[in-house]
Amino acid sequence: MRNAGLWVGAVLVGFVVAAALVSFVWTPYDAVQVDSTTRIAPPSAAHWLGTDVFGRDVVSMLLVGARTTLFVGVVAVGLAAVVGTPLGVLAAMGPRWLGELTMRTNDLVLAFPALLLAIMFGAVFGPSTLTAMVAIGIATVPSFARLARAGTLQVLAAEYVLAARAAGRPRAAIAVRHVLPNIAGLLLVQASVSFAIAVLAEAALSFLGFGTRPPTPSWGRMLQEAQQLLYSTPELALWPGLAIAVAVLGFNLLGDGLRDRFDPRLADRR
Amino acid sequence: MTVLTVENLHVGTDDLALVSDVSFTLAAGERVGLIGESGSGKSLTAAAVMGLLPEGVHATGSVRLHGVPHDLVGASERQLAAVRGNALTMVFQEPMTALNPAMRVGDQVAEVMLLHGTRPDRTAARAAAVDLLAQVRLPEPERTARAYPHQLSGGQRQRVMIAIALANGPSVLLADEPTTALDVTVQAQVLDLVLTGVAERGAALLFITHDLAVVATVCERVLVMYGGRVVEAGPVREVFTRPRHPYTRGLLDASDLTSANGRLRTIPGTVPAAGRFPAGCVFRNRCPRATGACATLPAWTDGAAGGGFACWHPVAADG
Repeated sequence: MRNAGLWVGAVLVGFVVAAALVSFVWTPYDAVQVDSTTRIAPPSAAHWLGTDVFGRDVVSMLLVGARTTLFVGVVAVGLAAVVGTPLGVLAAMGPRWLGELTMRTNDLVLAFPALLLAIMFGAVFGPSTLTAMVAIGIATVPSFARLARAGTLQVLAAEYVLAARAAGRPRAAIAVRHVLPNIAGLLLVQASVSFAIAVLAEAALSFLGFGTRPPTPSWGRMLQEAQQLLYSTPELALWPGLAIAVAVLGFNLLGDGLRDRFDPRLADRR
Repeated sequence: MTVLTVENLHVGTDDLALVSDVSFTLAAGERVGLIGESGSGKSLTAAAVMGLLPEGVHATGSVRLHGVPHDLVGASERQLAAVRGNALTMVFQEPMTALNPAMRVGDQVAEVMLLHGTRPDRTAARAAAVDLLAQVRLPEPERTARAYPHQLSGGQRQRVMIAIALANGPSVLLADEPTTALDVTVQAQVLDLVLTGVAERGAALLFITHDLAVVATVCERVLVMYGGRVVEAGPVREVFTRPRHPYTRGLLDASDLTSANGRLRTIPGTVPAAGRFPAGCVFRNRCPRATGACATLPAWTDGAAGGGFACWHPVAADG
């Protein structure tokens, strides 16, 4: 197989997406139902992966948690792409001072630790899934802006842009019809890699208590709640950890695969 | 009727002169060749006329297009965008990279008409695009219009570029070596398309090339450039049969494959780098006839039949 990574990544991501979709119509148990009679039950026919410290069904929580994970990823990466891409294109095509201003502000945001930003946001606006997503999104803007700027500069140097100018296309038309479609591939790859980072960041924030609030299930919070039982029932930490690993690996492989697919220099080597 | 007037065009960076004192006119329907070795300033002259100079390179002088009230040199990007692709168009050398890889070719042809408002709406522009693709003799124009550039061959892409250049009925078409990158077998066909296209529209053609044989068959007048200057100009027949400038003579000799001893003749030396041309006559460091007088810039001498040359020691008119 020429592009095995792409397919493995797509299957893993598809698995996470399927879990999130299934959770809307069916879960074995109510994922937020606390049941003191079944606390920390081992895996059984009734509870395939057992129950957690509050008696909730682990399979149900994992399914619903996939929703949170994808939601966070989509919103955070969407925000970063929607803000970062126009900034990058503008920085490349606009006047020099604007480009410099944008890119230096970019460096400033990039230099600021993303988790610290999210914790600050949590402290100011109150911890919630939304705060975490916005903070992760803002922290991801620079990578999109930078990539969009580099991609735009490359496209602007291409002869078809010169030809487009020779055909009398104004700058705005060149940005929309020539630059954006030709950097879309790059940005798609960046999006899938950023998605993996956002999933990890959400898990970390929830683990620290600055992300998703109880009782909404989140893989990160499942990890946090399993922490105190790490020595007695380590498998409670294993399942959400495994889920996070599958999602991150899936998105990274998908990103790498897409890059191989879209980068002509890499495509030549295949 | 004169459609394009270029006067005293100078192109250069802050400290290098790249094109000096180029003046010429194009009449409606006239076909003029612009020849010279690589690095003699042909393409830069075309870029200056289009207002498409790279960053850091400026032009001075005057470029006037019939029907445009302002000078193209020093015009704003907005003013230029209204002229480019409309009254003044260009076909580039490299068809493989001159089309947007992410856009269907039919849309690219249609867009240039919509941009300049020469077709009322998208449907009309699409239909006109298919017509144009048929005119440049692309097979199955409806299907080709829906193709992406990578699905077409180099010759087919150049046909699309020609369709774009002809779409709005330009008064001047600049063709910068439009056939150089193509297979020999399709060169003649593409050349023919350019000629038919400009003839049908009464457009003037400035044809930049290395190929003197093409100039001889295609053009009525020829400009010979070297070192950023026009060194000789005139009717093709006159210039090619009785060259006065030693450089033109050298070019003609170099393209003559039937020389006496069967060896290809060359012009001694190589084209200097930009800005390294000698003062005075730009050709004097490679010229067999150069003397001390050539340290002064030779004045333009009017020759026979409306031609002229810039040389102190011209080749004899009957030689």
